[in-house]
Amino acid sequence: MIEIKNLCKSFTLHNQGSAVIPVMTGAHLRVAPGECVALTGASGAGKSTLMRMIWGNYLAASGVIRVGDLNVAQASAREIIALRRDTLGYVSQFLRVVPRVPTLRVVAEPLLALGTPEAQAEARAMDLLERLNIPQRLWQLSPTTFSGGEQQRVNIARGFAHPYPALLLDEPTASLDGANRAVVLDLIAAAKARGAAIVGIFHDEAARAQICDREVDVTAFTPMPAGVAP
Amino acid sequence: MKDLRDTPLLVVEDLSKRYGARIGCVDVSFDLWPGEVLGIVGESGSGKSTLLSCLAGQLAPDTGRVLYQGHDTLEMGEPQRRTLARTDWAFVHQNPRDGLRMGVSAGGNVGERLMAVGARNYGAIREAATDWLGRVEIDATRIDDRPRQFSGGMQQRLQIARNLVTAPKLVFMDEPTGGLDVSVQARLLDLLRGLVRDMGLSVILVTHDLAVARLLADRLMVMQGGHVIEQGLTDQVLDDPQAPYTQLLVSSVLQV
Repeated sequence: MIEIKNLCKSFTLHNQGSAVIPVMTGAHLRVAPGECVALTGASGAGKSTLMRMIWGNYLAASGVIRVGDLNVAQASAREIIALRRDTLGYVSQFLRVVPRVPTLRVVAEPLLALGTPEAQAEARAMDLLERLNIPQRLWQLSPTTFSGGEQQRVNIARGFAHPYPALLLDEPTASLDGANRAVVLDLIAAAKARGAAIVGIFHDEAARAQICDREVDVTAFTPMPAGVAP
Repeated sequence: MKDLRDTPLLVVEDLSKRYGARIGCVDVSFDLWPGEVLGIVGESGSGKSTLLSCLAGQLAPDTGRVLYQGHDTLEMGEPQRRTLARTDWAFVHQNPRDGLRMGVSAGGNVGERLMAVGARNYGAIREAATDWLGRVEIDATRIDDRPRQFSGGMQQRLQIARNLVTAPKLVFMDEPTGGLDVSVQARLLDLLRGLVRDMGLSVILVTHDLAVARLLADRLMVMQGGHVIEQGLTDQVLDDPQAPYTQLLVSSVLQV
Protein backbone atom coordinates (compact mmCIF):
# COMPACT_ATOMS: atom_id res chain seq x y z
CA MET A 1 0.00 0.00 0.00
CA ILE A 2 2.89 2.32 0.83
CA GLU A 3 6.16 1.86 -1.00
CA ILE A 4 9.19 4.13 -0.80
CA LYS A 5 12.19 3.66 -3.04
CA ASN A 6 15.50 5.45 -3.01
CA LEU A 7 14.05 8.61 -1.50
CA CYS A 8 16.31 11.62 -0.98
CA LYS A 9 15.70 15.00 0.58
CA SER A 10 17.72 18.11 1.28
CA PHE A 11 16.82 21.60 2.40
CA THR A 12 18.34 24.66 0.72
CA LEU A 13 18.32 27.66 3.02
CA HIS A 14 18.49 30.52 0.54
CA ASN A 15 18.48 33.20 3.18
CA GLN A 16 21.23 31.62 5.24
CA GLY A 17 24.06 31.65 2.70
CA SER A 18 22.23 29.11 0.51
CA ALA A 19 23.34 26.33 2.82
CA VAL A 20 22.28 22.93 1.54
CA ILE A 21 21.40 20.48 4.28
CA PRO A 22 20.98 16.87 3.17
CA VAL A 23 18.54 15.18 5.52
CA MET A 24 17.75 11.88 3.86
CA THR A 25 19.31 9.62 1.30
CA GLY A 26 18.28 6.28 -0.20
CA ALA A 27 15.27 5.70 2.02
CA HIS A 28 13.33 2.48 1.45
CA LEU A 29 10.09 1.38 3.05
CA ARG A 30 7.29 -1.04 2.21
CA VAL A 31 4.08 -1.29 4.18
CA ALA A 32 1.48 -3.88 3.26
CA PRO A 33 -2.25 -3.57 3.97
CA GLY A 34 -2.93 -4.55 7.58
CA GLU A 35 0.64 -3.87 8.62
CA CYS A 36 1.88 -1.29 11.13
CA VAL A 37 5.49 -0.15 10.80
CA ALA A 38 7.20 1.99 13.42
CA LEU A 39 9.82 4.52 12.39
CA THR A 40 12.59 4.67 14.97
CA GLY A 41 15.82 6.58 15.42
CA ALA A 42 17.06 9.38 17.63
CA SER A 43 15.44 12.79 17.61
CA GLY A 44 16.51 14.56 14.43
CA ALA A 45 17.20 11.32 12.55
CA GLY A 46 14.41 12.10 10.10
CA LYS A 47 11.33 10.21 11.29
CA SER A 48 9.01 13.19 10.96
CA THR A 49 10.69 14.29 7.73
CA LEU A 50 9.98 10.90 6.17
CA MET A 51 6.39 11.00 7.39
CA ARG A 52 5.87 14.53 6.06
CA MET A 53 7.18 13.44 2.66
CA ILE A 54 4.67 10.58 2.52
CA TRP A 55 1.97 13.14 3.39
CA GLY A 56 3.15 15.40 0.54
CA ASN A 57 3.98 18.16 2.98
CA TYR A 58 7.72 18.11 2.19
CA LEU A 59 8.88 17.84 -1.40
CA ALA A 60 11.08 14.88 -2.25
CA ALA A 61 14.35 15.68 -4.05
CA SER A 62 14.33 12.31 -5.82
CA GLY A 63 12.94 8.83 -5.47
CA VAL A 64 9.49 7.28 -5.36
CA ILE A 65 6.77 7.50 -2.70
CA ARG A 66 3.91 5.31 -3.80
CA VAL A 67 0.69 5.44 -1.79
CA GLY A 68 -1.94 3.27 -3.44
CA ASP A 69 -1.68 4.16 -7.14
CA LEU A 70 -0.13 7.57 -6.70
CA ASN A 71 3.54 8.56 -6.70
CA VAL A 72 3.41 11.39 -4.18
CA ALA A 73 6.93 12.49 -5.13
CA GLN A 74 5.70 13.45 -8.62
CA ALA A 75 2.03 14.17 -7.98
CA SER A 76 0.20 17.44 -8.62
CA ALA A 77 -1.35 19.39 -5.76
CA ARG A 78 -4.76 18.31 -6.96
CA GLU A 79 -3.84 14.63 -6.87
CA ILE A 80 -2.45 14.94 -3.36
CA ILE A 81 -5.62 16.70 -2.19
CA ALA A 82 -7.65 13.77 -3.58
CA LEU A 83 -5.27 11.27 -1.95
CA ARG A 84 -5.67 12.97 1.43
CA ARG A 85 -9.42 13.05 1.06
CA ASP A 86 -9.91 9.41 0.07
CA THR A 87 -6.89 7.29 0.82
CA LEU A 88 -4.33 8.70 3.24
CA GLY A 89 -5.05 9.85 6.80
CA TYR A 90 -2.66 11.67 9.09
CA VAL A 91 -2.76 12.18 12.83
CA SER A 92 -0.19 14.88 13.50
CA GLN A 93 1.00 15.92 16.92
CA PHE A 94 -0.68 19.27 16.64
CA LEU A 95 -4.25 20.19 15.99
CA ARG A 96 -4.63 22.93 13.38
CA VAL A 97 -8.21 24.10 12.91
CA VAL A 98 -10.19 27.18 12.06
CA PRO A 99 -10.93 28.93 15.36
CA ARG A 100 -14.56 28.79 16.44
CA VAL A 101 -15.49 25.53 14.66
CA PRO A 102 -17.14 23.13 17.15
CA THR A 103 -15.25 19.95 18.04
CA LEU A 104 -17.99 17.74 16.61
CA ARG A 105 -17.57 19.50 13.24
CA VAL A 106 -13.80 19.23 13.35
CA VAL A 107 -14.08 15.46 13.77
CA ALA A 108 -16.88 15.03 11.21
CA GLU A 109 -15.15 17.20 8.58
CA PRO A 110 -13.16 14.46 6.78
CA LEU A 111 -16.42 12.56 6.26
CA LEU A 112 -18.32 15.66 5.13
CA ALA A 113 -15.55 16.33 2.60
CA LEU A 114 -16.23 12.86 1.17
CA GLY A 115 -19.91 13.69 0.78
CA THR A 116 -21.15 11.62 3.74
CA PRO A 117 -24.58 12.83 4.86
CA GLU A 118 -24.31 15.20 7.83
CA ALA A 119 -26.27 13.01 10.28
CA GLN A 120 -24.15 9.98 9.50
CA ALA A 121 -20.88 11.94 9.74
CA GLU A 122 -21.89 13.44 13.08
CA ALA A 123 -22.98 10.08 14.45
CA ARG A 124 -19.55 8.67 13.66
CA ALA A 125 -17.88 11.73 15.21
CA MET A 126 -19.96 11.38 18.39
CA ASP A 127 -19.08 7.72 18.67
CA LEU A 128 -15.36 8.46 18.41
CA LEU A 129 -15.46 11.41 20.82
CA GLU A 130 -17.31 9.28 23.32
CA ARG A 131 -14.84 6.41 23.03
CA LEU A 132 -11.97 8.86 23.47
CA ASN A 133 -13.62 10.27 26.61
CA ILE A 134 -14.15 13.82 25.40
CA PRO A 135 -17.01 15.01 27.63
CA GLN A 136 -20.18 15.75 25.70
CA ARG A 137 -20.38 19.31 27.05
CA LEU A 138 -17.23 20.11 25.04
CA TRP A 139 -18.52 18.87 21.67
CA GLN A 140 -20.06 22.18 20.67
CA LEU A 141 -16.96 24.16 21.67
CA SER A 142 -13.90 24.83 19.56
CA PRO A 143 -11.00 22.54 20.50
CA THR A 144 -8.56 25.47 20.33
CA THR A 145 -9.12 26.11 24.04
CA PHE A 146 -8.78 22.45 25.12
CA SER A 147 -5.89 20.94 27.08
CA GLY A 148 -3.03 19.27 25.18
CA GLY A 149 -4.35 15.77 25.86
CA GLU A 150 -7.87 16.70 24.78
CA GLN A 151 -6.63 18.29 21.56
CA GLN A 152 -4.60 15.17 20.89
CA ARG A 153 -7.68 13.01 21.27
CA VAL A 154 -9.77 15.28 19.02
CA ASN A 155 -7.01 14.97 16.45
CA ILE A 156 -7.10 11.19 16.73
CA ALA A 157 -10.89 11.09 16.44
CA ARG A 158 -10.62 13.20 13.29
CA GLY A 159 -7.91 10.95 11.85
CA PHE A 160 -9.98 7.81 12.43
CA ALA A 161 -13.35 9.20 11.31
CA HIS A 162 -12.91 7.89 7.76
CA PRO A 163 -11.51 4.35 7.25
CA TYR A 164 -8.45 5.43 5.23
CA PRO A 165 -6.60 2.56 3.52
CA ALA A 166 -3.33 4.18 4.66
CA LEU A 167 -2.58 6.04 7.89
CA LEU A 168 0.28 8.11 9.26
CA LEU A 169 0.44 8.42 13.05
CA ASP A 170 2.84 10.86 14.70
CA GLU A 171 3.06 10.03 18.40
CA PRO A 172 -0.61 9.12 18.76
CA THR A 173 -0.28 8.03 22.39
CA ALA A 174 1.90 10.87 23.65
CA SER A 175 0.33 12.98 26.43
CA LEU A 176 -2.50 10.48 27.01
CA ASP A 177 -3.44 8.76 30.26
CA GLY A 178 -3.63 4.96 30.53
CA ALA A 179 -7.31 4.59 29.72
CA ASN A 180 -7.19 6.82 26.65
CA ARG A 181 -3.94 5.25 25.52
CA ALA A 182 -5.70 1.88 25.52
CA VAL A 183 -8.57 3.30 23.45
CA VAL A 184 -6.12 4.65 20.87
CA LEU A 185 -4.29 1.33 20.68
CA ASP A 186 -7.65 -0.38 20.12
CA LEU A 187 -8.44 2.04 17.30
CA ILE A 188 -5.09 1.32 15.67
CA ALA A 189 -5.60 -2.43 16.04
CA ALA A 190 -9.05 -2.14 14.46
CA ALA A 191 -7.61 -0.12 11.57
CA LYS A 192 -5.01 -2.86 11.02
CA ALA A 193 -7.68 -5.53 11.17
CA ARG A 194 -9.68 -3.84 8.41
CA GLY A 195 -6.53 -3.72 6.26
CA ALA A 196 -5.06 -0.24 6.77
CA ALA A 197 -1.36 0.19 6.08
CA ILE A 198 0.06 2.23 8.97
CA VAL A 199 3.31 4.12 9.46
CA GLY A 200 3.81 5.43 12.98
CA ILE A 201 6.22 7.24 15.24
CA PHE A 202 5.92 6.01 18.83
CA HIS A 203 8.25 7.07 21.59
CA ASP A 204 6.02 4.93 23.83
CA GLU A 205 7.99 1.66 23.62
CA ALA A 206 5.30 -0.52 25.15
CA ALA A 207 2.75 0.78 22.65
CA ARG A 208 5.19 0.17 19.82
CA ALA A 209 5.82 -3.40 20.93
CA GLN A 210 2.11 -4.07 21.27
CA ILE A 211 0.86 -2.62 18.00
CA CYS A 212 3.71 -2.58 15.47
CA ASP A 213 4.70 -5.50 13.29
CA ARG A 214 8.12 -4.13 12.38
CA GLU A 215 10.50 -1.33 13.16
CA VAL A 216 12.48 0.64 10.60
CA ASP A 217 15.39 2.68 11.93
CA VAL A 218 15.60 5.83 9.81
CA THR A 219 19.19 6.41 10.97
CA ALA A 220 20.11 4.14 8.06
CA PHE A 221 18.80 6.84 5.71
CA THR A 222 20.62 9.72 7.38
CA PRO A 223 23.27 11.16 5.07
CA MET A 224 26.80 10.90 6.42
CA PRO A 225 28.68 14.19 6.75
CA ALA A 226 31.35 14.58 4.08
CA GLY A 227 34.56 12.74 4.91
CA VAL A 228 33.01 10.38 7.45
CA ALA A 229 33.01 6.74 6.45
CA PRO A 230 29.62 5.05 6.83
CA MET B 1 -17.24 12.93 -5.13
CA LYS B 2 -15.09 15.12 -7.29
CA ASP B 3 -13.24 13.28 -9.94
CA LEU B 4 -9.83 13.79 -11.50
CA ARG B 5 -11.49 13.53 -14.90
CA ASP B 6 -13.49 16.71 -14.28
CA THR B 7 -12.54 19.57 -16.52
CA PRO B 8 -11.09 22.76 -15.08
CA LEU B 9 -13.53 25.58 -14.44
CA LEU B 10 -11.01 28.23 -15.36
CA VAL B 11 -7.93 27.93 -17.56
CA VAL B 12 -5.49 30.84 -17.58
CA GLU B 13 -2.77 30.95 -20.22
CA ASP B 14 0.21 33.31 -20.36
CA LEU B 15 -1.61 36.29 -18.92
CA SER B 16 0.40 39.52 -18.87
CA LYS B 17 -0.42 43.10 -18.00
CA ARG B 18 2.00 46.01 -18.06
CA TYR B 19 1.41 49.61 -17.05
CA GLY B 20 3.69 51.30 -19.56
CA ALA B 21 7.17 50.20 -18.57
CA ARG B 22 5.98 48.98 -15.19
CA ILE B 23 5.12 45.31 -14.76
CA GLY B 24 1.70 44.31 -13.48
CA CYS B 25 1.85 40.58 -13.94
CA VAL B 26 3.78 38.45 -16.43
CA ASP B 27 3.10 35.09 -18.10
CA VAL B 28 0.72 33.73 -15.50
CA SER B 29 -0.77 30.31 -16.31
CA PHE B 30 -2.83 28.00 -14.15
CA ASP B 31 -5.93 25.80 -14.04
CA LEU B 32 -8.64 26.16 -11.42
CA TRP B 33 -10.80 23.11 -10.74
CA PRO B 34 -14.38 22.97 -9.49
CA GLY B 35 -14.53 23.27 -5.70
CA GLU B 36 -10.93 24.37 -5.40
CA VAL B 37 -9.64 27.36 -3.45
CA LEU B 38 -6.53 28.91 -4.96
CA GLY B 39 -4.65 31.39 -2.78
CA ILE B 40 -2.46 34.07 -4.35
CA VAL B 41 0.06 35.47 -1.89
CA GLY B 42 2.80 38.05 -2.14
CA GLU B 43 3.55 41.47 -0.75
CA SER B 44 2.05 44.77 -1.92
CA GLY B 45 3.03 45.50 -5.50
CA SER B 46 3.70 41.85 -6.35
CA GLY B 47 0.96 41.89 -8.98
CA LYS B 48 -1.65 39.80 -7.21
CA SER B 49 -4.40 42.42 -7.37
CA THR B 50 -3.61 43.21 -11.02
CA LEU B 51 -3.89 39.51 -11.77
CA LEU B 52 -7.21 39.25 -9.96
CA SER B 53 -8.62 42.25 -11.83
CA CYS B 54 -7.54 40.77 -15.15
CA LEU B 55 -9.10 37.42 -14.32
CA ALA B 56 -12.36 38.99 -13.19
CA GLY B 57 -12.63 41.05 -16.37
CA GLN B 58 -12.20 44.40 -14.62
CA LEU B 59 -8.91 45.09 -16.34
CA ALA B 60 -7.91 44.14 -19.89
CA PRO B 61 -4.66 42.16 -19.98
CA ASP B 62 -2.14 42.87 -22.77
CA THR B 63 -1.74 39.23 -23.74
CA GLY B 64 -3.00 35.82 -22.71
CA ARG B 65 -6.23 33.91 -22.47
CA VAL B 66 -8.78 33.34 -19.70
CA LEU B 67 -11.09 30.41 -20.49
CA TYR B 68 -14.15 29.97 -18.30
CA GLN B 69 -15.79 26.60 -18.96
CA GLY B 70 -14.04 26.65 -22.31
CA HIS B 71 -15.19 30.16 -23.32
CA ASP B 72 -12.59 32.88 -23.77
CA THR B 73 -13.79 35.66 -21.48
CA LEU B 74 -11.50 38.21 -23.14
CA GLU B 75 -13.02 37.53 -26.56
CA MET B 76 -16.64 37.66 -25.47
CA GLY B 77 -18.65 40.86 -25.72
CA GLU B 78 -19.14 43.24 -22.82
CA PRO B 79 -22.84 42.28 -22.28
CA GLN B 80 -21.92 38.59 -22.06
CA ARG B 81 -19.12 39.33 -19.63
CA ARG B 82 -21.46 41.41 -17.50
CA THR B 83 -24.00 38.60 -17.42
CA LEU B 84 -21.25 36.26 -16.28
CA ALA B 85 -20.24 38.68 -13.53
CA ARG B 86 -23.85 38.79 -12.30
CA THR B 87 -24.56 35.05 -12.45
CA ASP B 88 -21.68 32.58 -12.39
CA TRP B 89 -19.09 34.91 -10.91
CA ALA B 90 -18.87 37.00 -7.77
CA PHE B 91 -16.31 39.45 -6.45
CA VAL B 92 -15.73 40.12 -2.76
CA HIS B 93 -13.78 43.33 -2.24
CA GLN B 94 -11.48 44.06 0.67
CA ASN B 95 -13.47 47.16 1.49
CA PRO B 96 -17.18 46.32 1.82
CA ARG B 97 -17.99 49.84 0.60
CA ASP B 98 -16.69 48.86 -2.84
CA GLY B 99 -19.04 45.91 -3.04
CA LEU B 100 -22.15 47.22 -1.30
CA ARG B 101 -24.56 50.03 -1.97
CA MET B 102 -24.30 51.98 1.24
CA GLY B 103 -27.57 53.89 0.77
CA VAL B 104 -29.66 50.75 0.26
CA SER B 105 -30.94 48.50 3.06
CA ALA B 106 -29.23 45.21 3.89
CA GLY B 107 -32.14 43.29 2.41
CA GLY B 108 -32.06 45.51 -0.65
CA ASN B 109 -28.36 44.86 -1.14
CA VAL B 110 -28.94 41.13 -1.24
CA GLY B 111 -32.19 41.36 -3.23
CA GLU B 112 -30.70 43.66 -5.83
CA ARG B 113 -28.39 40.97 -7.16
CA LEU B 114 -31.31 38.57 -7.42
CA MET B 115 -33.33 41.17 -9.33
CA ALA B 116 -30.38 41.67 -11.66
CA VAL B 117 -30.77 38.05 -12.73
CA GLY B 118 -34.49 38.39 -13.26
CA ALA B 119 -36.16 37.73 -9.89
CA ARG B 120 -39.35 39.79 -9.67
CA ASN B 121 -41.47 38.34 -6.87
CA TYR B 122 -41.02 40.69 -3.88
CA GLY B 123 -41.97 38.05 -1.30
CA ALA B 124 -39.54 35.49 -2.70
CA ILE B 125 -36.73 38.05 -2.92
CA ARG B 126 -37.26 39.16 0.66
CA GLU B 127 -37.39 35.56 1.80
CA ALA B 128 -34.10 34.77 0.02
CA ALA B 129 -32.52 37.89 1.51
CA THR B 130 -33.66 36.91 5.01
CA ASP B 131 -32.30 33.41 4.50
CA TRP B 132 -28.94 34.74 3.36
CA LEU B 133 -28.65 37.24 6.21
CA GLY B 134 -29.14 34.26 8.51
CA ARG B 135 -26.48 32.24 6.73
CA VAL B 136 -23.93 35.02 7.19
CA GLU B 137 -25.09 35.43 10.79
CA ILE B 138 -26.78 38.81 10.52
CA ASP B 139 -29.90 39.07 12.65
CA ALA B 140 -33.08 39.19 10.53
CA THR B 141 -34.24 42.27 12.47
CA ARG B 142 -31.46 44.24 10.72
CA ILE B 143 -32.84 43.60 7.24
CA ASP B 144 -34.08 47.17 6.77
CA ASP B 145 -30.99 48.86 8.22
CA ARG B 146 -28.43 50.51 5.98
CA PRO B 147 -24.95 48.92 5.80
CA ARG B 148 -23.39 52.07 7.22
CA GLN B 149 -25.11 51.26 10.52
CA PHE B 150 -23.23 47.92 10.56
CA SER B 151 -19.81 47.10 12.02
CA GLY B 152 -16.95 46.33 9.61
CA GLY B 153 -17.31 42.58 10.12
CA MET B 154 -21.06 42.72 9.51
CA GLN B 155 -20.57 44.79 6.37
CA GLN B 156 -18.14 42.19 5.08
CA ARG B 157 -20.59 39.38 5.80
CA LEU B 158 -23.33 41.33 4.05
CA GLN B 159 -21.10 41.74 1.01
CA ILE B 160 -20.59 37.99 0.98
CA ALA B 161 -24.35 37.37 1.19
CA ARG B 162 -24.95 39.81 -1.67
CA ASN B 163 -22.39 37.96 -3.76
CA LEU B 164 -23.45 34.41 -3.01
CA VAL B 165 -27.24 34.79 -3.19
CA THR B 166 -27.23 33.97 -6.90
CA ALA B 167 -25.23 30.75 -6.22
CA PRO B 168 -22.17 31.63 -8.30
CA LYS B 169 -19.61 29.00 -9.28
CA LEU B 170 -16.49 31.16 -9.11
CA VAL B 171 -15.75 33.78 -6.47
CA PHE B 172 -12.90 36.26 -6.63
CA MET B 173 -11.83 37.53 -3.21
CA ASP B 174 -9.46 40.41 -2.63
CA GLU B 175 -8.20 40.36 0.97
CA PRO B 176 -11.67 39.47 2.32
CA THR B 177 -10.48 39.46 5.93
CA GLY B 178 -8.17 42.47 5.64
CA GLY B 179 -8.93 45.33 7.97
CA LEU B 180 -10.95 43.19 10.38
CA ASP B 181 -10.21 42.38 14.02
CA VAL B 182 -8.68 38.97 14.58
CA SER B 183 -11.78 37.58 16.32
CA VAL B 184 -14.01 38.84 13.51
CA GLN B 185 -11.58 37.35 10.99
CA ALA B 186 -11.85 33.90 12.56
CA ARG B 187 -15.64 34.03 12.33
CA LEU B 188 -15.48 35.07 8.68
CA LEU B 189 -12.95 32.35 7.85
CA ASP B 190 -15.15 29.72 9.43
CA LEU B 191 -18.15 31.05 7.52
CA LEU B 192 -16.28 31.12 4.22
CA ARG B 193 -14.96 27.59 4.67
CA GLY B 194 -18.46 26.26 5.30
CA LEU B 195 -19.90 28.09 2.28
CA VAL B 196 -17.10 26.94 0.00
CA ARG B 197 -17.70 23.33 0.98
CA ASP B 198 -21.51 23.40 1.01
CA MET B 199 -21.86 25.30 -2.27
CA GLY B 200 -18.89 23.64 -3.99
CA LEU B 201 -17.46 27.08 -4.79
CA SER B 202 -14.24 27.65 -6.64
CA VAL B 203 -12.39 30.60 -5.18
CA ILE B 204 -9.45 32.72 -6.21
CA LEU B 205 -8.31 34.36 -3.00
CA VAL B 206 -5.80 37.17 -2.92
CA THR B 207 -4.27 37.73 0.49
CA HIS B 208 -1.02 38.79 2.08
CA ASP B 209 -1.94 36.92 5.25
CA LEU B 210 -0.31 33.48 5.18
CA ALA B 211 -2.43 32.24 8.10
CA VAL B 212 -5.60 33.02 6.15
CA ALA B 213 -4.11 31.31 3.10
CA ARG B 214 -3.25 28.21 5.15
CA LEU B 215 -6.76 27.86 6.51
CA LEU B 216 -8.70 28.59 3.31
CA ALA B 217 -6.60 27.67 0.29
CA ASP B 218 -6.05 24.20 -1.17
CA ARG B 219 -3.30 25.46 -3.42
CA LEU B 220 -1.04 28.51 -3.34
CA MET B 221 0.65 30.71 -5.93
CA VAL B 222 3.41 32.98 -4.66
CA MET B 223 3.97 36.18 -6.64
CA GLN B 224 6.93 38.50 -6.69
CA GLY B 225 7.50 41.37 -9.09
CA GLY B 226 4.60 40.28 -11.30
CA HIS B 227 5.86 36.71 -11.70
CA VAL B 228 4.55 33.51 -10.17
CA ILE B 229 7.72 32.25 -8.51
CA GLU B 230 6.34 29.19 -6.76
CA GLN B 231 3.13 27.19 -6.64
CA GLY B 232 1.87 24.02 -5.05
CA LEU B 233 -0.12 22.47 -2.28
CA THR B 234 -0.72 25.11 0.41
CA ASP B 235 0.90 23.33 3.35
CA GLN B 236 3.81 22.19 1.20
CA VAL B 237 4.57 25.72 -0.01
CA LEU B 238 4.36 27.08 3.54
CA ASP B 239 6.25 24.25 5.30
CA ASP B 240 8.85 23.45 2.64
CA PRO B 241 9.16 26.60 0.51
CA GLN B 242 11.64 26.30 -2.35
CA ALA B 243 12.12 29.82 -3.72
CA PRO B 244 14.33 32.26 -1.79
CA TYR B 245 11.54 34.84 -1.65
CA THR B 246 8.97 32.33 -0.34
CA GLN B 247 11.41 31.23 2.34
CA LEU B 248 11.84 34.83 3.37
CA LEU B 249 8.09 35.43 3.35
CA VAL B 250 7.36 32.37 5.50
CA SER B 251 10.19 33.00 7.94
CA SER B 252 9.13 36.62 8.39
CA VAL B 253 5.76 35.69 9.91
CA LEU B 254 5.63 36.32 13.62
CA GLN B 255 4.62 33.26 15.63
CA VAL B 256 1.89 33.67 18.21
